[in-house]
Amino acid sequence: MKPLLLLPLLLFLALGALLFTGMDENRDPSLVPSPLISKPAPDFDLPLLGNPSERLTRSDLLGQQYFLNVWGSWCPGCQTEHNFIAALADRGPLPVYGLNWKDDATQALAWLEHFGNPYAANLYDPEGDVAIDFGVYGAPETFLINADGTIAAKFIGPLYEQAYQETFAHLVQDPVGK
Amino acid sequence: MTTLLRIGRWPALLLALALTAPVLAIDPQDFADAEEEARYWTLIEEIRCLVCQNQNLADSPAGLAKDLRDQVLELMRSGRSDAEIKTYLTDRYGDYVLYNPPMKPATWGLWFGPLVLVAIGAAGMVLHLRRRQRHPAELAADPDQEALDRELDAVEAEREGH
Repeated sequence: MKPLLLLPLLLFLALGALLFTGMDENRDPSLVPSPLISKPAPDFDLPLLGNPSERLTRSDLLGQQYFLNVWGSWCPGCQTEHNFIAALADRGPLPVYGLNWKDDATQALAWLEHFGNPYAANLYDPEGDVAIDFGVYGAPETFLINADGTIAAKFIGPLYEQAYQETFAHLVQDPVGK
Repeated sequence: MTTLLRIGRWPALLLALALTAPVLAIDPQDFADAEEEARYWTLIEEIRCLVCQNQNLADSPAGLAKDLRDQVLELMRSGRSDAEIKTYLTDRYGDYVLYNPPMKPATWGLWFGPLVLVAIGAAGMVLHLRRRQRHPAELAADPDQEALDRELDAVEAEREGH
């Protein structure tokens, strides 16, 4: 048999393999991988939601590992994940900070009043400038930021237990002295 | 004359409407001059909207697309080059944000893959054609063909005989 005759079969198998891997339901091609993973988190200096006279900066949060959860009162996915975010903040060991994105302060505070406020503090970013620096393109998004200020991991979409285990759990370090 | 004018107006009007539609879809900007406007449009047409990923920034009505458009204009005005603006975006969103992916080892397959496929196809075709060129002589020597020829001759001879 001529080896060239096998070529169509090989091409077919290769195409089949390609399409088969494309069917992987855990792989969502609309998720854009962030170039910021393992890089220093962008600098930020924002007022606190509900307390605009106080500000929180990137350097304020250095020295501890923490979650940064991007949310807005206009965002249905944020309601979906809110119970999980509350549980995550509750069980520790890491604090969860909020980045209130492109929101109105009154509505955001009413939202927290209604659904509960699990956040250690909320950064208020109505213009979305800091969110752009973080490469945010849709809420909710959750970042894990290391004590040295590097971004350890990012999850896009409403967070849930299994996703937490796969994306974050192995990167969480127990804070010293606990 | 008036009828002609009236007919003449319609295509022009439709064309004008068709051209304004995409511009109306997004917010207006105050441009300093036509040059700035042209540069702005060229840039945002090459940048992907991350919310509606099959649209570019120029077409997308998404809130984030507007923010990024404003950001692009702001960076232009602060004196950044087109390359610096694109770097600003890829630093945050990755190469995916560019409709025109940059050439680097990770994208070589994307850039040269089709050429490689064409080269393989061309090589295959050349091989095949060469083999066929050598073939006619072999064809004549083909015993089956000789038998066919003989049979054909016999049939023709028989027909002529009648």
